Amino acid sequence: MKSSTDKTSLSAMSLWRRYPALKGYALASPAILLMIVALVSPFLLLAGTSFKIETGSSDEWMLSLANYEFFFEKSHYVNTLVRSIFISTLVALVTVLLAYPAAYFIAFHVHENKMLWLIMITLPFWTSYLLRVFSWKLILGYNGFINSGLMWLDLIKQPLDFILYNTNAVILTLAHAWAAFAILPIYVSLQKIDKSLIEAAHDLGENKIYSFLRVTLPLSMPGVVAALLLVFIPTVGDYVTPKLVGGPKGLMIGNLIQSAFGRLDNWPLGAAISIISMITVTFAVCLFLLGINRVRKVLI
Amino acid sequence: MSKSSLNSSSGWLRSYTVIYLVFIYLPILFLPLFSFNDGIYVAFPMSGFTLNWWAEMVNQPGMHKALWNSFSVAVPVCLISTTLGMMGAKALTTYKLYGARALTGLFTLPLVTPFLILGIALLISFDNYGIDLSLFTVGVGHVLICVPFSLFVLLSRMESFDRSLEEVALDLGETPWMMFWRVTFPIAMPGIVASLLLTFTISFDEFLLAFFLTGDASTLPIFIWSQLRFPGKLPAVLALGSAILIVTVFIVIVAELMRRKGSANSTENVI
Repeated sequence: MKSSTDKTSLSAMSLWRRYPALKGYALASPAILLMIVALVSPFLLLAGTSFKIETGSSDEWMLSLANYEFFFEKSHYVNTLVRSIFISTLVALVTVLLAYPAAYFIAFHVHENKMLWLIMITLPFWTSYLLRVFSWKLILGYNGFINSGLMWLDLIKQPLDFILYNTNAVILTLAHAWAAFAILPIYVSLQKIDKSLIEAAHDLGENKIYSFLRVTLPLSMPGVVAALLLVFIPTVGDYVTPKLVGGPKGLMIGNLIQSAFGRLDNWPLGAAISIISMITVTFAVCLFLLGINRVRKVLI
Repeated sequence: MSKSSLNSSSGWLRSYTVIYLVFIYLPILFLPLFSFNDGIYVAFPMSGFTLNWWAEMVNQPGMHKALWNSFSVAVPVCLISTTLGMMGAKALTTYKLYGARALTGLFTLPLVTPFLILGIALLISFDNYGIDLSLFTVGVGHVLICVPFSLFVLLSRMESFDRSLEEVALDLGETPWMMFWRVTFPIAMPGIVASLLLTFTISFDEFLLAFFLTGDASTLPIFIWSQLRFPGKLPAVLALGSAILIVTVFIVIVAELMRRKGSANSTENVI
């Protein structure tokens, strides 16, 4: 008995020594286990739940596609999904356009204290998301910062009512809230560019605008693409911003999912909407990446 | 000629970046500004200076409980996720793991999935396994999103370190465990402190997961959310928000300084 346990422990030891990578897997295993228990398995359950419907009595369930059919029959749901994709696309573009020059400045024109600039620009991102979004509500509101300020300065007589509770307010707020996700990847890709390439373009007689368009911009594209995706993907599912500043016209798919789990108390429907929006986002991202590849091939 | 045009484009970019910083900071500075305004509306003209809202905030019923709840979630969350992140980062940097890229991809997933969907997926799971919602379930959600942050902060710290230091320690007769405590740990220390501070902040400020996963106990962001419905409580919420902002900013500055220590210009430490 004793000798057999000795033998197994011995072989375990030699296995350990022969394949050091096993130690690596052992070290990473708590984190991997967490991802399986708290990420992969909940997503499988989410997918499973989306095929359920209640059958009269409260604990009986039936498998069907009814929730998916329900979603596609309601134009309100489909429209909200389309609007979410539209809003997030605009948000990603606006955020990247606003962030690019700032990232460019830090990468190429700041030579000392780069760290200070980077910390300054990313610091707000760590503060409470809820509070940042909420302060936009205060800024854009009917009696808010902008309206009361303009009235105080006698520039307007009536508060402007078109600045809050619409799609524009959602786009502005999200472009602010996700700025760091755009700046950092763009900065990294600009910082990696070999400066001698840009100098070579200058020496070959390209002017500054051409050398930017033909050298710097294409070389920074990986950062731009990463930034677009990092902003687009999570904002499609945002709940707080449309709820606080969107009004009825600025509702997004996240609000529908939440109401299925809250007011409607129809979890399977909420699960189905989540699955539909994740598939739509994945599909949109694939299309975008294919498009980028095609453009790149045409250019090269 | 070319020198002056270079300077002018640099000047434009600098002005733009300063304006951009104003755009980024304005909404955040706005909360503290109006928390001292002697008026119930957040509007111009400001009425005068007062500390009443801060006093009201301190005495708000339910606030202390929520603050305590947030701490009792954030402290274990930052300890657990930094431990898991450290182990993962060590595994990925020391050993050649088959499928390392797939693992990194798996760890990135929580960061690129909308928190709303993470929240409901976890909600369904807890319900399915008959686990009641509580601060514990909020903590599980927070560990899930904090481990990737911790892992990536520590990966960038440990990738840049010289492996031969560990080999020297082993050659000099240290056991692997002592080698870890006396060589690896001190080198990774700034990264570990940064990870603890950042994951604490993430958990402390997190709203959406807590919104779905908390039972009766509310964390601070949930408490703020519940107060937003009452216009009369707004100024006190501004004071509370300002207090949270000030503490967060302080923590993050310390964390960033630790994280970027001595590596200001290396790009891999940016994210």
